[in-house]
Amino acid sequence: MEAKTEIKNIAPGRAKRKIEGRSLWMDAWLRLRKNKSAMFGMTLVIIICLAAIFAPYITRYDPYDQLIWKEGASAKLAPPSAAHWFGTDVYGRDIYTRVVYGARISLQIGFAATGISVIIGVILGSLAGYYGGFIDDIISWLTNVIFAFPFLLFVLALVAYLPPSLPLMYMSIGIISWASFARVARGQVIQVKGMEYVEAATAVGGGDGRIIFKHILPNILAPIIVQATLEVGSIIMLESSLSFLGFGVQPPKPAWGYMINEGRQFFLSGQWWWSVFPGIAIMALVLGFNLFGDGLRDALDPRLKQ
Amino acid sequence: MLNYIIRRLIGAIPVVLGVIAVVFILTTIVPGDPARIMVGQRGDPATIEKIRHEMGLDKPLAVQFVDFMKNALTFNLGKSYRNNMTVVQALLIRLPVTIKLAFASMVVAIIVGVPLGIISAVKQYSWFDYGAMFFAILGISAPVFWVALLSVVLFCVILGWIPGTGTGNGEWIYYVLPSVVLGLRPGALIARLTRSSMLEIIRQDFIRTARAKGLAEKVVIMKHALRNALIPVVTIIGIETAGLLSGVVVTEYIFSLPGIGRLSVEALVNRDFPVIRGVVLFMAFLFVLANLIVDLSYPFFDPRIKYD
Repeated sequence: MEAKTEIKNIAPGRAKRKIEGRSLWMDAWLRLRKNKSAMFGMTLVIIICLAAIFAPYITRYDPYDQLIWKEGASAKLAPPSAAHWFGTDVYGRDIYTRVVYGARISLQIGFAATGISVIIGVILGSLAGYYGGFIDDIISWLTNVIFAFPFLLFVLALVAYLPPSLPLMYMSIGIISWASFARVARGQVIQVKGMEYVEAATAVGGGDGRIIFKHILPNILAPIIVQATLEVGSIIMLESSLSFLGFGVQPPKPAWGYMINEGRQFFLSGQWWWSVFPGIAIMALVLGFNLFGDGLRDALDPRLKQ
Repeated sequence: MLNYIIRRLIGAIPVVLGVIAVVFILTTIVPGDPARIMVGQRGDPATIEKIRHEMGLDKPLAVQFVDFMKNALTFNLGKSYRNNMTVVQALLIRLPVTIKLAFASMVVAIIVGVPLGIISAVKQYSWFDYGAMFFAILGISAPVFWVALLSVVLFCVILGWIPGTGTGNGEWIYYVLPSVVLGLRPGALIARLTRSSMLEIIRQDFIRTARAKGLAEKVVIMKHALRNALIPVVTIIGIETAGLLSGVVVTEYIFSLPGIGRLSVEALVNRDFPVIRGVVLFMAFLFVLANLIVDLSYPFFDPRIKYD
């Protein structure tokens, strides 16, 4: 930091471009910034995150407020209007408000469950890759077993009988979806393990824990970040399927999937707004994570792009 | 070849055993006494005790586990709590619908995905490429059940092209919409993968050679490039089978198709544990099998891969 300011003072502007080093991450960011679809995805995600955080400030109603008791029958299944941008549902609840609050549920589950699966997956995968042998056999076997399950059904079978609570839900999704991270981490660790800098760290007497966490993990972070970004999207999709089938997040909480299911029969008779808007919200958020994740992959692994 | 098949089958055994163990743990830790569920709320303690004994629920967990393992390996999955059918019977009745649906949607996915991927790669950065890839990422990002719902409204209610949901008298028209909807996601994945795999291949020397010796572009792309590009696509088809089996659950639910996916939702709602166990086991076995078939099909696409 100091060196940089000094150079600036001596020859402002001119020398800066030549001397200033760029980290790998900075390089990746510069590449990412040029990728329009990735930036579009990132914008989508950021907008929806901000909407979730500031939900009370950008909505005029309470997500649980049944307006039919206040405004009468006109508030029941009202089509989109200036007062109700996305219309209202059969109880007179404002759908725009519920969609905005629903983002909180989806994002919370998406991030928390991904976090849990990254932690489990990376630890197990690194252990398998680093130690090899028997430990690798056991962990790889476990990974293959988890992979063999139809994911949705597996989670359904678990979530269906647990008491309805968000933490339990993201824990159960997390302990089932770590397998892909374990695979990525294991492969990466095996690749990196043979590098000279790991050898050097071993030579100066670094312990296994230190080598794994200080030397190996930082160097395998990129593919894991990419995988995690895409995983948030697919977990949000999974959660919406669960709540669509009536499992997981319980009403009256405004889960997007459940709203689509509630509005289903009205959709068939022409009141489309109850089911359509939450679906667009799911698609926008998942699309955001997918575009951003794809962009990250291209940015962090320039070999692919060339 | 035969040797390889046998080796692979033996290799699958630990996975199958693991799957059985996980299913057992899963259904044992779930709260709720199966005997009570079977009898209903009014059952007296003596009857419940009797049923617990009949079902082996009064034995130690370890013994239950060994019994379960034995039974699962001999396809003796017990009886449904709801009706007197055995789980295997219940599965077999529902199986044809799911097989038809899964097979048809994989066909849709391949027929749509592979050509889109090829054309996008050949015309990289063209409008076609951008358009196809845009739809592909939408196809991956849109929830299956929502697309299903939209398509029912559009094609059954508004346009009236398709008579409705359900299976009618088993006419094929009832499978068209569900297969297209379910095939959307694997189709999109296949298109993206075919494109990137083709792009990698058409930059290689042997393609330049093929062009240099004056082969028609069509032959270069369809014979030389495509065959090499298809290997990762075949792999993803194997992996996506699992995704398809998950998609079957919501698709059958929306289209009222009496297949295994619908059976699993009904069983979950009814707490019909033997059926849940059966469905999960069955789908896991199917997945292992699908991947075995995919592995065995590699030499067909790339003769350099040989199994001895």
